[in-house]
This record gives sequence, C-alpha cells and structure tokens, in this order.
Amino acid sequence: MRYAETGYNLEIDLTRGSYDRVESDVVDTELYLGGLGTNAKIMWDRVPPETEPFSEDNLLIFSAGLLCGTPATGCNRTIITTLSPQTELMCFSMMGGFLAPEIKYAGYDKIILSGKSKDLVYIWINNDKVEIRDASHLKGKGAIETSKIICEELNEPKAQVAAIGAAGENRVYFASIEQGRSSASRGGIGAVMGDKGVKAIVVRGTKDINLAEPDRYFDLCYEVMDYIRFRNENPIPNVMPILAGLGSPQEMKVHDEKWHTENFMWGNSRVRRRDFWNEEIAKDWEETMNSMQRRLISCYNCPMTCGATIQPPGMDTYMMKCFSKLTYTMAAFSDLEFGLGIAQAATEHGVDGFSAPQVMAFALELLEEGILKPEDFPGMPEDNEGRFYYLLDMIVHRKGIGNILANGTYWAAKEIGNGAEAYAHNNIKKIEQLPLKLGMMNPVYFLMYSTGEKMNITQIEGQFPQAPFATMEEREAFVKDWIQVPDDKFKEYLLKWDFRGEFSNPYYPTIDMCCEIVDWMEMMHYIDDALGMCAGLSSFPLKPPYHIHNYPKFIEAGSGIPMDEEKLTKAVKRYRTLVRANNIRRGMRRADEKPPENHWKKRFPEYEAELLSAYYKFKGWNDDGIPTEESLRDLGLGYVADEFLAKGVLKAGADAPQESASE
Amino acid sequence: MAKKTKTVKSIKVNADLCNGCRACEMACSAFHSEPKYSSNNPARSRISVIRRPLEDIYVPVYAGEYTPAECLGRNSYILDGKEYKECEFCRASCPSRGDFKEPDSGLPLKCDMCESIPALDEPLCVKWCMVDALTYEEREVEVDEDEEQPKVTEMELGLEHLVDKFGLHKVAESVARLAKKEE
Repeated sequence: MRYAETGYNLEIDLTRGSYDRVESDVVDTELYLGGLGTNAKIMWDRVPPETEPFSEDNLLIFSAGLLCGTPATGCNRTIITTLSPQTELMCFSMMGGFLAPEIKYAGYDKIILSGKSKDLVYIWINNDKVEIRDASHLKGKGAIETSKIICEELNEPKAQVAAIGAAGENRVYFASIEQGRSSASRGGIGAVMGDKGVKAIVVRGTKDINLAEPDRYFDLCYEVMDYIRFRNENPIPNVMPILAGLGSPQEMKVHDEKWHTENFMWGNSRVRRRDFWNEEIAKDWEETMNSMQRRLISCYNCPMTCGATIQPPGMDTYMMKCFSKLTYTMAAFSDLEFGLGIAQAATEHGVDGFSAPQVMAFALELLEEGILKPEDFPGMPEDNEGRFYYLLDMIVHRKGIGNILANGTYWAAKEIGNGAEAYAHNNIKKIEQLPLKLGMMNPVYFLMYSTGEKMNITQIEGQFPQAPFATMEEREAFVKDWIQVPDDKFKEYLLKWDFRGEFSNPYYPTIDMCCEIVDWMEMMHYIDDALGMCAGLSSFPLKPPYHIHNYPKFIEAGSGIPMDEEKLTKAVKRYRTLVRANNIRRGMRRADEKPPENHWKKRFPEYEAELLSAYYKFKGWNDDGIPTEESLRDLGLGYVADEFLAKGVLKAGADAPQESASE
Repeated sequence: MAKKTKTVKSIKVNADLCNGCRACEMACSAFHSEPKYSSNNPARSRISVIRRPLEDIYVPVYAGEYTPAECLGRNSYILDGKEYKECEFCRASCPSRGDFKEPDSGLPLKCDMCESIPALDEPLCVKWCMVDALTYEEREVEVDEDEEQPKVTEMELGLEHLVDKFGLHKVAESVARLAKKEE
C-alpha cells in the first residue's frame, strides 16, 4: 500500500481520446518526492528538448503534492507543469484551492495531459470513471462561469473545477488556469490548456488517503496548528504589516497600502509616487473594500483566510487573492474601485494579474510615445479606465493590436519594433516581473532574480528578512525564537547586518553568506512545491510553522519513506537541479539570468558577476549555469550528465571553473 | 416520576465565521476511519459544509437520523437575501441525496460527537475549526429517568438501512449464514 500518495497517475491522450490509470514507481517518490519533483522527472523523460510549447508532444501536468489530501494544514496546492509559450522554458505554476486534494481523493497523484483535442472538450473525472465531454457550449465563457455551468449540468456541487477563460482558449501567452478561489497564472499555462482543446478539468473523489504513522502525523499537525495560533497572536514586530503574519500577504485584510502604493511602480512599472498615500485615500479605499467584500475565505484545510469574495457593483461575484488587488489599479493610475472591478473581468477571462496589467500599460505607453498609432486602437474609449477594459477585451480575444499584445511585452515589442523593445523593460527570461525599481543593488535579491526559475520573486524569497533591523535589541529579539533556521550561523548573519557601513548592502551579507541565504530560501519553496504546501504557511513568511526541521518528519510519518534533514536536502537539490537541467537543455544559459537593467539604479557589474559565479559554484553548476557532471552524478542524475555529454552541453572533464563568463 | 440529569452535548455552528475550508470534514473522516486516524476521506465525513462561495453560502451540517423515505415537499429558504435550496439545512441521510452515506456501501452515517474511550475534550471537527465557526458546549439537563432513549449504535443504524433495503428476513438469513461461516 502507498501512503500519503495514491501511487497512480491518470494519463489522458487527447489526440486519441483515451485514458489510462498508470501506477507510478515508489522509487521516484523517494528520489523526487512528488509534485514539482516528479513533474520535472516526467518532463525530462518524455518531452524532448526541441518540443514546441504548442505541440502535441508538450505535456500539461496537473499534480497534487505528495502530502495533499493528508491532514497537514494548508497542504492543498496543485502544481501545474508544462512548457511555457512565453519563456519557452519548463514552467511550473501553482494554485491552492480545492483541486489537489480532490485529485488525491479520486485516486490519483497527477493528471497528465498529452496530445491535442480537435474540438473544445472538458474532462470529467469521477473516481475511476473518466469522460472526455464536448465543451462547445462553453466556448468563450468565463472561467468561473464555466465552473458553475459544469457543476450544474453534472449535478455535482462538490466537484472541483479548473477552467480557462477566453484568454486560454485564444492562447494568450499569459493566460491562467482558474479554480474559483485560486489560479495558476505564471508562464501562460492556460494557453497550453487552450492549445490542447481543454476548457476545464472537473474532479470528484470519494476515496481514502492513507497515512503511514497516523498518530505521529496527527501530533505533528497539532504542533503546526498550535504554532499558527501562536504566530497569529504574536505578529513579528518591526517589519511591515504584510510581513508580520502568516499566510499569503494578507491583502484582503490589510487596508494600509502605503507601502505598496509608494514603493511599487505605477503605470508600465515606471513611476514611483512617494507621497501618494494619505488619509483621504486610505478612507476611500477601505470603504471600497468593505463595500465589495463579502467574506474572507480559505483554501482547503487552512485557517488563514487569505482570499475574499468580492462583488463589484453590477458585476458577478468572484474570489480575489493577494496582490491582484493593486496590480490593475497601479498600472492604470486609478483607484481601488477600478482595480477590484477589472480584476473580476480578468479572472473570468483568465489572465495573470502581474503580466496583464503591465502589458496594457505598455501598450498605452507605446501609444503615447508614437510607436503605436491611434489607428492601432480603433474604437478605444477616451477615459483611462475604459481603455484598460478595452485592451483587456482586445487581448483575450486576440483582436487587432490585442493579437500582438497577447504574446506579452517581450514578444510584442519584438514584433512591433521601432524601438518598442525599450518599453518591455521589466522582464526576466521574457516574463513580466513585479513592478519594482529600487536604489542600491541588493546581493541576495540579485541572486534570486537572476537564478529563479519560477519567474516570480515571491516564489523564491521569504525566510531571511528583506532588510536589516535597526537596533541590536530588535535583532536579538528576532533571532531569539528563530527556530526555522537550518543552522545557527544565519542568526549571526542577521545580528551583524546594518543599514549602513561595513556590514550593509551591497557587500554584506558577504558573497558566501548570500549563497547560503538564497539557497535556503529557494530550498523551502522547492520543498513546498513537491509536497503541495502553501508557501503562505511555509516558504514565504518569516518564521513559518513548516520548516526544514519538521518537514522530514511529516514526509516520513505521512508517506512511510524514511526521511531526515540530510536526505530531504539532497532530494530537493536533486529535483531543483533537474528543473534546471530541463531548461538548460532548452537553451537557458548564464546570459539569460539577470534582473531587468533598471531594477536598481546603483549597479555593480563586476561584483554582480562575481556573485553569480560564486552562487553557481555553490549550487554545483559551472560558470555558465549548467550543472556539472560531478554534481549530476552525485545527485543520481547520471542520465542527465550522459545526455549533456553526448550533446556537447557539457564537455568531459571540463568541470573546472572557466576563466571567463560567457556573458 | 424519577428525575436524573443528563449531559447534552452540542456544537454551536456560527455559519458567519465559516471560511469554507472543510478541515472539519477531513478531521471527522480521519477520526472515524479504521484504525482511527489511519486515513481520511471527506466523502465519509459526518459533517458536510454546504459551500457556495459565489452566493456567500456556507453551512456546516451534521449527519443526523437515517430515513428510508424522501420528503414530500422540498422547501427553500431566503435568509438575509440568500436563497438556500432544499435540503441544505437537513441532517438526514436519505435517498434523495448522496450526503452522509459511506461512498462504497451506501450505508448511512451519523454524527456521534466523537464519543470514544478515552473521551476527547471536544469533537474533532471543533478542534480542527481554527476560525471558531464550530464551538462545543456541554450542559446538564433534567430528564425523566425512563424517558431516555437508548443510543443507536453505528451498527444498528447500518442494519436498519439494510432491513429497509432488503427486508428483515433476508438480513437475518444473511447474518445467520455469516455466523455459520465463522464457526
């Protein structure tokens, strides 16, 4: 018997219209855990490097994490993996909500889609029964609307639905997959789903998920629940409100948006409005939120209430999460009422809340600069807000200029030419980033931005404070009960860290310390992505209830696979390296690993190169960011080494650091 | 008539506080799995969260009596502008819906307040409800000594369902046959 996992994947071949329930190898669970880890293995084994994102050979994997469906609080994430049309690399976007546990209860760990359906279909998975059903009546319908219609027509109110809107159907490069409370948004995975002809995946499961050591597992859960209560009652002092507590940043609860509105950039990630926030706006925005918000809500088996149901006047109710609260508002230089309203339309159409607003602001900037012409926008309203609704509609239906914009700022700028590239200025690896432009280069963030393969800073940062504490008393108070550190040396690093002087950015934390800090933070995210844990209870907030010391126990008591910190650390390193290997074989190199040119005003090119080289070395990668033969073999990834050597990606015996970077 | 005191256990459901996370369903099914806590499956739970987020409807309902018959009328309620459909407040395990039945056997389920030896401080759904939509109360009431109803065990509940389905005679025959096999 398999514990925590079901031991089965559901393979669906959309070209043939067939499906198969396939037993997975328990050895793979031990090596790659599950979720992202085993997804990366499947992508490596089955998707050759020359595969185009929009092709029958691309896979679209919906994976529950290893511990989804067990009682672990907050373990509810679905990890979706495919090739991204936007980055052309392997991408993995996650969503919380209710789908992952339902997939488990239906008897599967993953749903793996291959091939393409000629006609628009939806997939109805009711335990062992799988039907590929006609979805022509759902064409063009909103993602949330689609879920509602399907649950009604199947008479299955408890089924969970992941659906795409018009954006996914029309293969918009930043289309999301929406699941009511949550969405998987980054990298255009919704476009791949649309390309496969799948409007929705619908799951109902009524089977058991077993635990290897039930009593021990429940005790671990109770420790986590107690710690959540403790943290809720004891927010971290001396950090900004959204970093003080647990969960996703509590954007639905926190009304004070001074920090975001004055530190993040407005428009096409251009303008910083340092004196924006005032009492009048604070009052106005709070009233807006209170008048539209119906209830704070949670994902499966989680008390954190990070989301909310929102009903903008005259529009349907939708469920909002996190920072999409402000992305549209700020891209349009508008107010919260506009932001909450257009997010409703954007959720139904299914687009990424980071990329979509920036693409629209980018288009208007090009118009202002004369690179795009008024005739490119026929029928566009005069008013600012109206223009954003207009552009959203043009993009998700790929009408007129929307057909170009739908490929994101990087590809659109290339196609538009005439200097447009300079306006696609906020991308890393071709994908739009958080609208942040700061002063002094921060070495920890430099490494995270450069080497992150999840394409979002929030999906790599978290465990180490973003800034030093002002006084020694504050520092000592912070490290006193900092049980989450893998090693006490991290406390020392923090105690010494100053705003100014010898122990401040950019030269402190030192290069070696930066490597360790970034590696730790990234490791926690990768563990979450394999187990299906929400980053909001683990890798994202300071002092979370799940950490490197209790995770091995959860894995062992849950799955029955013997686990300790060392073994877990190595497993994470293994599949993290395998994610990189997937991208290296698709051509990603050091030259691609850099934050936007203008992310910081004050840059240190030589020091940055030194940082990156040191981090590569620390990770077991060569100076071009390619995992070395030695580190691959050490991790049991000899099959990757063999392919890299055979194809000349690596040269035998060339693991010694090169003299110069290839940049 | 002689009086005696009896402990009434009650779970107060504050639907306004429910966040719809269904931890209660998970915990309930784990407590009632065999062996205890060894597995979980919300479809086996004796609590079900009627959850329609877009209409802001969240109603945790507990499994109550088993009934072999459907209701004749199907009512709906409008409360505070929200329309609650038929059955949404109903605790019965009945033929008109799938709730409160074992998914494999179809046998009825009923909330037993997690009575067990050793006793829990509170039913497990309450323990897992960290947003306090579910709270537990005990109070003493006086009852006539001979008025107290015998407790229906889970097995009796299942048997009652089987008798309704197959008739007492057939069930008795089957039990006798099984008993013989055991010998």
